[in-house]
Amino acid sequence: MPPRQPHTPLLPPRITHPAAQALARRHRLRWWEVLPWAAAILFYFVVPDYLGFGTELLIAVLFALSLDLALGYAGIVTLGQAAFFGTGAYTVGLLAFHGIWTEPITSLLIGALAAAVVGLLSGLVLLRTGGLTLLMLTICIMELLEQAANMAHDYTGGFDGLASLAIAPVFGVFEFNPLYLNTQFLYSLAVVLVCFLFLRTLVYSPFGQSLTGIRENLLRMHAVGSPVRRRLVICYTISAAIAGVAGGLWAQTNAYVNLSVLSLDRAATVLIVLILGGYGRLYGAFIGAVVYLTLEHFLARIYPTAWQLGLGVLLVLIALFARNGILGLGETLWRRYLQWRASP
Amino acid sequence: MDFAVDLAGIVLGGLSAGSVLFVVSVGLSVTMGLMGFVNLAHGAFAMFGGYVIVLAMNSAHIDFAAALAIGFVATAALSVVLERVLYRPLYRAGELDQVLLTIGLIFIFIAGITIVVGPESQPLELPSTLGGQLNLGFMHYRTYSIFLIVIGFLIVFGIWLAFERTRIGAQIRATVDNRRMAESLGINVDRLFAITFAFGSGMAAIGGGLGVEFLGLDPQYALKYLVYFLIAVSVGGLGSVVGVYCASLLLGVLDFALKLYLPKGGTIFIYVFTILLLLWRPQGLFGRRET
Repeated sequence: MPPRQPHTPLLPPRITHPAAQALARRHRLRWWEVLPWAAAILFYFVVPDYLGFGTELLIAVLFALSLDLALGYAGIVTLGQAAFFGTGAYTVGLLAFHGIWTEPITSLLIGALAAAVVGLLSGLVLLRTGGLTLLMLTICIMELLEQAANMAHDYTGGFDGLASLAIAPVFGVFEFNPLYLNTQFLYSLAVVLVCFLFLRTLVYSPFGQSLTGIRENLLRMHAVGSPVRRRLVICYTISAAIAGVAGGLWAQTNAYVNLSVLSLDRAATVLIVLILGGYGRLYGAFIGAVVYLTLEHFLARIYPTAWQLGLGVLLVLIALFARNGILGLGETLWRRYLQWRASP
Repeated sequence: MDFAVDLAGIVLGGLSAGSVLFVVSVGLSVTMGLMGFVNLAHGAFAMFGGYVIVLAMNSAHIDFAAALAIGFVATAALSVVLERVLYRPLYRAGELDQVLLTIGLIFIFIAGITIVVGPESQPLELPSTLGGQLNLGFMHYRTYSIFLIVIGFLIVFGIWLAFERTRIGAQIRATVDNRRMAESLGINVDRLFAITFAFGSGMAAIGGGLGVEFLGLDPQYALKYLVYFLIAVSVGGLGSVVGVYCASLLLGVLDFALKLYLPKGGTIFIYVFTILLLLWRPQGLFGRRET
C-alpha cells in the first residue's frame, strides 16, 4: 500500500499561461472604465444648460446597450428593438396618465416587466427563424404594436400620444421639474449605471460566454449540447426588459409618450448608434450615442438634408470599411501604433 | 347586387395595387434568393426610377411608355454600378453589414432627391387613353387599374417564361437552389447576379412609375413602403417569382378590403397575417426550405 499523501487543501489550479491569465482577467474592471461615468458627472457640473440633452444621451446609451446584448453578443439581427422601448414607455405612460401608478422606480420595473413579457412571447416564436425571416418578424411585431397603440386611441391617445404625465418624486423627495432637469439627469444616470453593471456582469458570466459562442458558431454550440434556443430566448427577454427600462425612462423624463417610441425610425437609429460605436463590446453604445446624438443635435436641426446625406455616407463607409465601429477603428489604429513602435 | 359590385371593386382595386407591388418586389425577391443579400435599398431604386419617369414626362414631355423605358434603363444602369462598387464586397458579409449599407443608401437617395428635385410630392399626368372608366360589362371600373392588372400579369408571365425557357433563367434557378453547385458547374454567378440585379432594379423603377398614381412619389417613398416590399418578398418566398406574384396580389386585396372596412388601423391585420404565415412557413408560401 503506498504511503498516504499528506492532506492538501483543495486550491484552484494556478493559472500560469499568459492566454489563460488574460482570459481569467477579462472581466476585471480596468481604470478607463470609470471614464464614462466621470464624464457624465463632469457634464452635470460643467454644462448644466444641456442637461436635457444629457438625459437624452443617457437613455440612448441604455437603449443601445440593450440592443448590444441581443445583437452584439448573441448575434440576433433585429430591426424591431423599438417594440420593447415603446412597450416600456407606454406602460409607464399609461400608468401615470390614468393615475394608476406614478412612483418612478417601481414604474420602471413594471415597464421592464411588460417589455420582458413581449420579448419572451415574441422571442419564443421568432427565434425559431433566422436571416431575412427573423428580420421581417422583428419589424412586423414592432409595427403591430405601433398599429395597436394607434388603434387603442381611447387609452393611448393614438397619434397624439399621452402628454403631461405626472410622475411622483424619486424616493418621495426629488421632483421632476420640467425647467430644471437636474433630477431627471441624475436619476437617469443612476438607472443607466445599475443596468450597465447588470449587463457587464451578465456578458462576462458563463451565460454571456455561451451567447458569444452562439453568435460565433451556432453549429458548434449545438454540438456541445448548449441549449441554444433557450439561451437566445432568455437573452432576448433580458434585452427587451432593458430596452423597456430605457423606454420607461424616456417617458418619465420627457413626461410624454407618443407613437414615435414604437417607430421603425427609432429602431433604425438605435442600430446605427450601436454600430457606429462598435457592437459586442458594451462601450460602443457610449461612444456611438455621444457621437451620433451630438452630431444630430447640432447638425440635424440646421441642415436636415445634409445631415441625412452625411449619415447615409457614414453608414456606407462603416459597412464597407469599419465594421467594428469607432471603437474597433481605434483599436486597430492603437495596434498599428504599438507595432510601429515595436519595430525599429 | 350592390354587395357583389362592391366586392368586385375591392378585388379589382386590390389586384391593381398588388400588381404594382409585384412589379416593384420581384427583383428584390430574385436577388435576395440568388445572393442572400438583404437589399433594403430596393425601394430606393423604385423611387429613383419613379422620379426619372415622372420628370421625363413632366419636364421633357416624353410619353408614358417611353418614360417607363427610360426609367428602366437609367435605374438598371445606376444599380449595376452600385452593385459592382458597393454591394459586391459585402456578399459574404453578415446580414447586419448588408442592412447597414442599404439603410445608408436609402438615406443617400432620400437626401439626394430632396436636394436635387425637392421635398414636395410629384404629380403624374396619365395619358388620356389610360384615364377614365372602362366598361367591363357588369360594371365600370377605372381603366388604369385594369391596365395595371394586365401589365402585372404580362410581366409575371414574361418573367416566368424567361425563367423556365431560357438559358439564363435555368442558370438563375440553379443558383437559387444551390449556389456552390452552380458555381462548380461553371455558371458565372457573379455576372449572373449583376444582370439579375440590374433587371430587378429596372423592374422596380417601372413599378415605381406605375405606382405614382396611387402611392404618390416623394423622397420618403423609399422608407414608407419598404415594409410592404419586404412582406411581399418574405411571404412569397425568396427567389420565387410566382410566389411574389401571389403574395403581392393577396396583400393588395387584403389591404384594400381592410382599408375600406376598417379604415382605422386595419393594416394591423396585414402584420398579424405576415407573422402567422412566416411562423407556419418561415420560407414563405412558395420558397424552398433552406438546408
